[in-house]
Amino acid sequence: MTSRKTELLVGIFVALAIAATLILALQVANKGMSGGGETYELTARFDNIGGLKARSSVKVGGVVVGRVEKIYLHETDLIPVVVLRISEAYKNTFPDTSSLSILTSGLLGEQFIGLQPGFIFPEDIVRISEDKVCETTDKSDCPYLTDGEEIIDTKSALVLEDLIGQFLFNQGSE
Amino acid sequence: MSQVANYFVKLGRSAIDTIGAVGQASLMLFGALFAFPKWKNVRLTIAQMYVVGVQSLLIIMVSGLFIGMVMALQGYTILVNYGAEGSLGPMVALSILRELGPVVTALLFAGRAGSALTAEIGLMKATEQLSSLEMMAIDPLRRIISPRFWAGVISMPMLAIIFSAIGILGGHLVGVDWLGVDSGSYWSIMQATVDWNQDVVNGIIKSFVFALVVVWIALFKGYSCIPTSEGISQATTQTVVFSSLAILGLDFILTALMFGIN
Repeated sequence: MTSRKTELLVGIFVALAIAATLILALQVANKGMSGGGETYELTARFDNIGGLKARSSVKVGGVVVGRVEKIYLHETDLIPVVVLRISEAYKNTFPDTSSLSILTSGLLGEQFIGLQPGFIFPEDIVRISEDKVCETTDKSDCPYLTDGEEIIDTKSALVLEDLIGQFLFNQGSE
Repeated sequence: MSQVANYFVKLGRSAIDTIGAVGQASLMLFGALFAFPKWKNVRLTIAQMYVVGVQSLLIIMVSGLFIGMVMALQGYTILVNYGAEGSLGPMVALSILRELGPVVTALLFAGRAGSALTAEIGLMKATEQLSSLEMMAIDPLRRIISPRFWAGVISMPMLAIIFSAIGILGGHLVGVDWLGVDSGSYWSIMQATVDWNQDVVNGIIKSFVFALVVVWIALFKGYSCIPTSEGISQATTQTVVFSSLAILGLDFILTALMFGIN
């Protein structure tokens, strides 16, 4: 009876399917990296988010440090609010004075958020090392961006129509 | 007047036949679904997985490889005009994972395994093997239909996963190794774009639904065929035609449900 050979081949078939699933999970969808990992949350208000979507990346000088969690319209101010999730590896890294801008990768690429790190006053550096303001439960004194904090300095997405309108307006006034 | 009456008689008869066939098919499906938990049937199912799954492996793998390679070649010639050949990875991966993987696998499976199942069971019926089993108090639904049904439903999603993985590797072969797209951007942009739940799992769900439909049609067409050589050939043809139409129709509905609204 060839039953044993049949079972062997079916076993190889199943193993092949599992290997293919692993390829899809790790190499194609990169499930291991994107899903896990501790993160903290930041919010930011923009005048116009252009084509930004949930899951767009947040980059610092081209390095991905987080992703857009969700985008919603503020109830009374009627401007878009963007919630960002930044990797815990970059905790206490970006100063309060950092700014966000919505950028486009390439001519036709998708839009992402560029984080431009700000500066820290010398006296703040002293406060961090001596008073340990970033290690207490109350984070409001910490000069770094912490969980739940809002980034004030934001630049909206570039909207081509506005840009052309501005250009024509400038041409007319000359 | 009698012609009009005849017309309505015909209409009524075809309606009754159709509903009867749906009922019969449902009864057969019910019988096959609930005949699984028996150790002997597991052995029979594994034997059928060899026939249905392992023997389909070659055609699935070769088609996957070539479809991935063609996708990469076609995509590259268009994307390179916009300087966007870095997006080749997500283009190949998404189109294969979401559509081509499940659909082409199901079409090939219907042609390769579905037709064979219909012909096999049709011939069993024509040579009265099914009746003989019943004479021996063995339920043919349990002994013949159920193992084949489960073997098909288990095998096809696995075949679709293998198809997708090989297709994407085939895209890499042409896009990166031949046409010179950067290997890093092929994988990294793919990883940034492809979502496990949204794309991979939905593709597997699709192929699972196709598997149910294809195997059900194939088995029912064989089980209910007219037991003559002509009837078997007709049933085999119908299996391939109906399965293909069902796959393409269902694919649209599933795509609309999974990716359409958002």
